[in-house]
Amino acid sequence: MLNSLFQSRQFGLLVLALIIIVLPFGLQNDFHYDIAIQMGLIAATVVGLNLLVGFAGQISLGHAAFFGVGAYMSAILTGTYGWSPIPVLLFAAVVVGIIAFVVGRPILRLKGHYLSMATLAVGFIIYIIINNERRITGGPDGISVPSLSIFGAELNVFNDYQILGMTLSGTFLWYVLAGVLLLLAVWIAQNIIDSPIGRALRSVHGSEVAARVVGVDTARFKSLVFVISAVYASIMGSFYAHYTGFITPQIASFEHSIVLITMVVLGGMASTLGVILGVVVLKLLPQVLADFQELEMMMFGLILMLTMIFMPKGLLPTLQGLARKYLRKKPEEGV
Amino acid sequence: MSALIEVTGLDKAFGGVNAVEGLSFSVNAGQVYSVIGPNGAGKTTLFNLITGIYTPTKGEIKLRGESVVGLEPNQLAERGMCRTFQNLQICMNMTALENVMLGRHLQLKSNFLSTLFRLPSMLRDEAACRERAIELMEFVGCGQYVNTEASAMSYGALKRLEIARALAADPKVILLDEPAAGLNGTETAALEDLIRKVAQQGITVVLVEHDMKLVMGISDYLLVLNYGRKLAEGTPEQIRNNPDVIAAYLGG
Ligand SMILES: Nc1ncnc2c1ncn2[C@@H]1O[C@H](COP(=O)(O)OP(=O)(O)O)[C@@H](O)[C@H]1O
Ligand SMILES: [Mg+2]
Repeated sequence: MLNSLFQSRQFGLLVLALIIIVLPFGLQNDFHYDIAIQMGLIAATVVGLNLLVGFAGQISLGHAAFFGVGAYMSAILTGTYGWSPIPVLLFAAVVVGIIAFVVGRPILRLKGHYLSMATLAVGFIIYIIINNERRITGGPDGISVPSLSIFGAELNVFNDYQILGMTLSGTFLWYVLAGVLLLLAVWIAQNIIDSPIGRALRSVHGSEVAARVVGVDTARFKSLVFVISAVYASIMGSFYAHYTGFITPQIASFEHSIVLITMVVLGGMASTLGVILGVVVLKLLPQVLADFQELEMMMFGLILMLTMIFMPKGLLPTLQGLARKYLRKKPEEGV
Repeated sequence: MSALIEVTGLDKAFGGVNAVEGLSFSVNAGQVYSVIGPNGAGKTTLFNLITGIYTPTKGEIKLRGESVVGLEPNQLAERGMCRTFQNLQICMNMTALENVMLGRHLQLKSNFLSTLFRLPSMLRDEAACRERAIELMEFVGCGQYVNTEASAMSYGALKRLEIARALAADPKVILLDEPAAGLNGTETAALEDLIRKVAQQGITVVLVEHDMKLVMGISDYLLVLNYGRKLAEGTPEQIRNNPDVIAAYLGG
């Protein structure tokens, strides 16, 4: 009974929902909320990236660029041109999807290091454009972003809102929004994984040649998952831009791509909840080690390396394995 | 009789080495057709050419009269061709059952929307797919591994699992590359049984195998390769008595 609950599809989603609901009791101030909201938005991005990296086994070292394009399109089209945020967010997602489709087709033919290099190059090009097109993007100084408005109602962290007779802060509402977005991101990712499409994606990782001889058009599926993960990044980039109200090219940078990848690898490739844990750990770490800011990139690199060597399955799957062993007492026999 | 696979003047060169050279033969529908020859003779290369993993340097390959040179392996799978591998190709990131379900990829018609919202049509298809995959695992003698991770299975069981995966695609022709390699006597006998049962279902079997007892007992027709070229072809009887074969292969 308990076992079937653990294994059910909804279990992970349920746990996550519970954590999101309970967490506010532990959050003491706006600073705490800010970290939680950023975690939620980045986690949703990383859940999408995990579809590409963890499940389909395709490395992308330029993923932050898609996040950046979503964020900057939202910033520019709502700020400079006054379009409304949600349609812009959707429009940006379509544009990023098309970009990912167009660049993905040729580069996903590449394998291993070549694919990494190609995604790195694509990321760099996008970063450089954002950084240099000063008149449109504000260049290295960044650009401010109007607040999110949904059906004309503005959601601003500096305001308070009366909802059902309660006074709720804008920050709290952003927390709710980020939580809902994360749950949606996980739900969609799980539905994709737990389907024939997901099986085909995982087979690309498991054995591409086996996948091809049973009829999987691996090029098409790689392209599909590249587009999906890019769209995830774009949408979350747009929300992130509206949330922070100010963005710099840093969010599209190589460094940010490495941070995203490290979150996937540390948390647990091919584990949707694992990568969220990866986000939590790596978002908290800089808070704890605030004195070592200059060394942050080095630390991420080190964590990436150490995880791949000593804990290749990642944090959550390794912990789950240990827990299972402990609970069962007898180790599993390989029939 | 109609040729299911027709190969004409097939060449494959790697750098300066001709792994397959001037090869012509045809496989008739319903046959168990075996390709034998010493290690390095070009058998696996031939399979890779036929299944679209390699592109020929020269020559023609026809499947049911249609030229298939240049088609991708997945396009050949759509035309009813499936295979196993000499070096196992199993998705170790999946369970045994999922590996076999993967074999039914082309039979599943669900689209992205039905996946996203887990529509009943998709769930029904998946349930049917799972049922068929379990049937096939039992058919090849892997029934006890249904809930096992592929990575926890023995070599012999994985060999059979590959056959189940190939059969899951409902193939017209199945190519088996050294299915008995690494199997013990009992396992080999079970494999022979299995191949017979597959053939009885009307599936054409192309077999690469070193176990002469198995090959001679099961084949309708044989092709003997040596250094990428055809050394002989014929019924098991003819091959057994062919002086070239005896000199180059069986006798040696
Ligand atoms: N991808 C490849 N690159 C270079 N040489 C290859 C490749 N595949 C096969 N060969 C060579 O082709 C020859 C035939 O190999 P193979 O088809 O594997 O033989 P068999 O399966 O009959 O043992 C060998 O000399 C092998 O080294
Ligand atoms: Mg071989």
